[in-house]
Amino acid sequence: MEEIYSGLLRALDLIAARDPQVVEITLRAIFISLSSAFLAGIICIPLGGIIEFRQFWGKRALINLIQTFYSLPTVTVGLLVFLLISHSGPLGGLNLLFSPTGMIFGQAILVSPIMIGLTITALAGVSTPIRDTAKSLGATEMQIIITVIKEARVAVMAAVLLGFGRALSEVGVAMMIGGNIRGYTRVLTTAIALETSMGNLELSMALGIILIFISLAINLLLNRFQGRKEWRS
Amino acid sequence: MALLEISSLGKSYGKAEVLKGIDLTVERGEILGLIGPTGSGKTTLLRLVNLLDEPSTGSILFEDREVSGRPEREKLSMRRKMAMVFQKPVMFKASVEENVSFGLRMRGRVDAKEMRGQTKEALAAMGLSGYESRDANTLSGGEMQRIALARAWVLQPELLLLDEPTANLDPGSAASIDRLLHSLADSRTAVILATHNMQQCRKLADRVAVLQAGRLVAVGKSEEITLPW
Repeated sequence: MEEIYSGLLRALDLIAARDPQVVEITLRAIFISLSSAFLAGIICIPLGGIIEFRQFWGKRALINLIQTFYSLPTVTVGLLVFLLISHSGPLGGLNLLFSPTGMIFGQAILVSPIMIGLTITALAGVSTPIRDTAKSLGATEMQIIITVIKEARVAVMAAVLLGFGRALSEVGVAMMIGGNIRGYTRVLTTAIALETSMGNLELSMALGIILIFISLAINLLLNRFQGRKEWRS
Repeated sequence: MALLEISSLGKSYGKAEVLKGIDLTVERGEILGLIGPTGSGKTTLLRLVNLLDEPSTGSILFEDREVSGRPEREKLSMRRKMAMVFQKPVMFKASVEENVSFGLRMRGRVDAKEMRGQTKEALAAMGLSGYESRDANTLSGGEMQRIALARAWVLQPELLLLDEPTANLDPGSAASIDRLLHSLADSRTAVILATHNMQQCRKLADRVAVLQAGRLVAVGKSEEITLPW
C-alpha cells in the first residue's frame, strides 16, 4: 500500500513538473485519437444519415450488426488493420504500419461502428415534422439529411466525443499498428502497459492519472452537451 | 388551364381509406377553403398535393403535369413552386432569419444581401420586424405560426397550402393571421386553406370545398354551402 502511495506522489510530481516524456506521450495520444475521431466523423456521420434516411432490404439487420460491433475487441480490429496494411497486405504500399497515420486509420475503423450507430440514433430522434417541413420548403434529399444532422448536432457531437474517448482509451490497435515506438507512436495506453511491465510504476501512474482526467473531461463535456439539449427541449 | 386539377384521388393506409374519389380544381390566385371536421382527410389531401406522400389512386395535375409517380428530381422542381404551412409549425434550431430564409437557401439562387432583404420584407409583412436575430424556438405559438407563414410566403409560391393555420392560436393571433391571409387575395398565389372554421372560410375564401369522412361532399361559393354537420 505504501508503495502505491509513494508511487502516486511521485506520479503527481511528474505531472506538476511537466515531465517532457509525460507531456510528449499525452499530446501524441490526444492528437492521434482526435484525428481518428475526426476522420471517422467525416465518414460515419453522413453514412449514418444515409442508413437512417434510406429504406433498403436488410436495414434492421445492418443496424443490429453495427450495434454488435460497438464492443468489438480492439485486438481484433488491430489484427484486421495489421493484415490490411502489413507489407504483404492490400494497402502495404502505403507504408502505414508502425506509424501514427496507421494508428489513426486503425482507430478510425475501431470507433466507426459506435459513431455510425449513435448517429443513427441521434437522427432518428429528430421529429418527422422537421423532415416534412424541410422537404415542403424545397430541400433536396441531401439538404434534408444535412438539416436533420444540424438539428441533432448535440447528440451527433456526443457520438464524436464518445468515439474520441474510445480511441484514447484503447490499447489493442495502438500496440499492434503503432508498435509502441518511443518518441514516435507511443501513446498513453501503450506507455502505461510497457512501463508497468518494466516496474516503472510512477510513470505508469502519472500517465494513468492523465488518462482518467481526460476521460473525466470528455464525460463533463458530454454531460454539458446533454444538459443543454434537455434544457433546450 | 387550372393551376391544380385533382381527379378521382384516393389514399389508403393499409385497410383504412382516408380519401376517396376526390375531384377538385384550383385556379391561379384563388383562395380555396377546405373545410371538414377533424379526421376528414384535410391534412392528407394537402400532403398529397405537396408531394410529401404518394396517392393510392387517381391523379394530381399541377400546371397541367401529372405529379405522382415522377422521379424525385421532377417532384422537387414542382414542390419548389409550392409551400406548405403545417398545423403545428416546427422551427429549426436557428434564428428567426435563418428559419425564414431556409427555403431560399435550399434553392441557392439568391445572393446573401438579396436574401436578407426578402427575409426582412416577409417578416415585416407578418408584423415581426426586428425579430431576425431571435432564437425561433423561444417564441410564442402565434409568433411561430407567423414565422412559418413568412417562411412559406418569402418563396412566392404558385400554390400555398395552409393546414389549419389558426387552429391552436388565441383569438388575437388568429385575427392577425386572418388579416395576413386576406392581404394575399390580391396576389397571384393560389391558396388552399384547410380549416374547420366556416366563418374563416366565408371571410377569406373565394370557394369552399367540404370534406367529410374522406369524401368531397360539396364545392361552391361559401354562401352557397351548408355544412352537413
